[in-house]
Amino acid sequence: MSTSIALRSSRVLPLAAIALLPRPAAAHLNSTGLGPVYDGVAHFLTSPEDLLAVLALALWAGARGANYGRWALFMLPSAWLLGSLLGMTAAATAGGTVLSAVWLMALGALLATDLALPLRGATALAALLGLQRGYLNGLGIEQSASGIAALLGLGAVVFVVVAIAAASVVRLRAAWARVAVRVIGSWIAASGLLLLGWSLRTHA
Amino acid sequence: MREPSTTVEALDSRTSSWSQISRFGFRAALILLLLPTAAFAHVGSGEAGGFLSGFHHPISGPDHVLAMVAVGLWGAQLGSPAIWLLPVAFPMVMAVGGMLGLMGVPLPGIEYGIATSAILLGAAVTSEARPPLGVAAALVGFFAIFHGHAHGTELPAGEDALLYSLGFVIATGCLHAAGIAIGVLHQWPWGRPLLRIAGAGIVLGGVFFMWRAVA
Repeated sequence: MSTSIALRSSRVLPLAAIALLPRPAAAHLNSTGLGPVYDGVAHFLTSPEDLLAVLALALWAGARGANYGRWALFMLPSAWLLGSLLGMTAAATAGGTVLSAVWLMALGALLATDLALPLRGATALAALLGLQRGYLNGLGIEQSASGIAALLGLGAVVFVVVAIAAASVVRLRAAWARVAVRVIGSWIAASGLLLLGWSLRTHA
Repeated sequence: MREPSTTVEALDSRTSSWSQISRFGFRAALILLLLPTAAFAHVGSGEAGGFLSGFHHPISGPDHVLAMVAVGLWGAQLGSPAIWLLPVAFPMVMAVGGMLGLMGVPLPGIEYGIATSAILLGAAVTSEARPPLGVAAALVGFFAIFHGHAHGTELPAGEDALLYSLGFVIATGCLHAAGIAIGVLHQWPWGRPLLRIAGAGIVLGGVFFMWRAVA
């Protein structure tokens, strides 16, 4: 009797331990209870690595002028949707914190230094960001009608965030206000640097 | 004849003991109710915990606070473009130091570097030093590495890395902004001596932290 209990617990305990092991939430499309479109919206708004990268690019594009802002406004959400569709059909892989950190460092530094890039380069950057971040988002979304609705929510919120951020900077004329935008860029770049250090951390 | 009296006494004594017990129980319950307990409703974990604990980290160390406010004060004294260049340069270079600290890359003399930063930046505010912009940025950037490294080695495991970093950087920026806001006094003749006194106070603080680091 006791041997049977011991045998059973020897099977159950490792299973329970495996079930309780904390794992990274690869498919992290949280349910808001408001439907898949809002799940997509909430996913973007609660993912700081995505939100900060989009914010940095949109602010920089807006600071470069209305034309840059317009191209970013249409290119970034389109590329995001395309990347998400590609991600949905791919096998799930690791999230890539280092890549997130590199994006934040690069886009934050771009904004902080107010670097002038040609329009084509800026558009290509928006496309690349949208494809890469969208792809990672797509990995966590199931292939179904609700998954497509979640993608639409994601694309819509990216569009809205880029529109608001870029438009709010395009018309800024006061020197202190433009400096404040650049300070935000330095904060984003600094956060990216720390995130990189965190992901390469060797001690507890 | 004694029986009824005994019963009454017994009843009285029982009533009295029940009353004592209930009074004791009431007091015990009151004490238990008033006992401080951990507020699990707003436990500092997850994303909010990451941001808030990151925000709290730089402002909880007076040595860091002094140096960062001094950067803002000095920037305000130097005027444009230093007023924005120094607060932009500091968080970025500080983050490099933080990254090195997180990665476990050793940097000797951290505490001395932090104390020296308060002494030199305070001295710059006191003397209203006006070096070339590159020199001022290099000085601020050099000391930012020490502050960042100290923070990087102290960062706790298990927090949301990005939100923690963001809170940490924003708090640093707020300290610079506080310094710049105080530095607005520089535009009035009566405000300049006040800023120089504040700079002297920062030097004294730096000397104290140096003494503590050496002792």
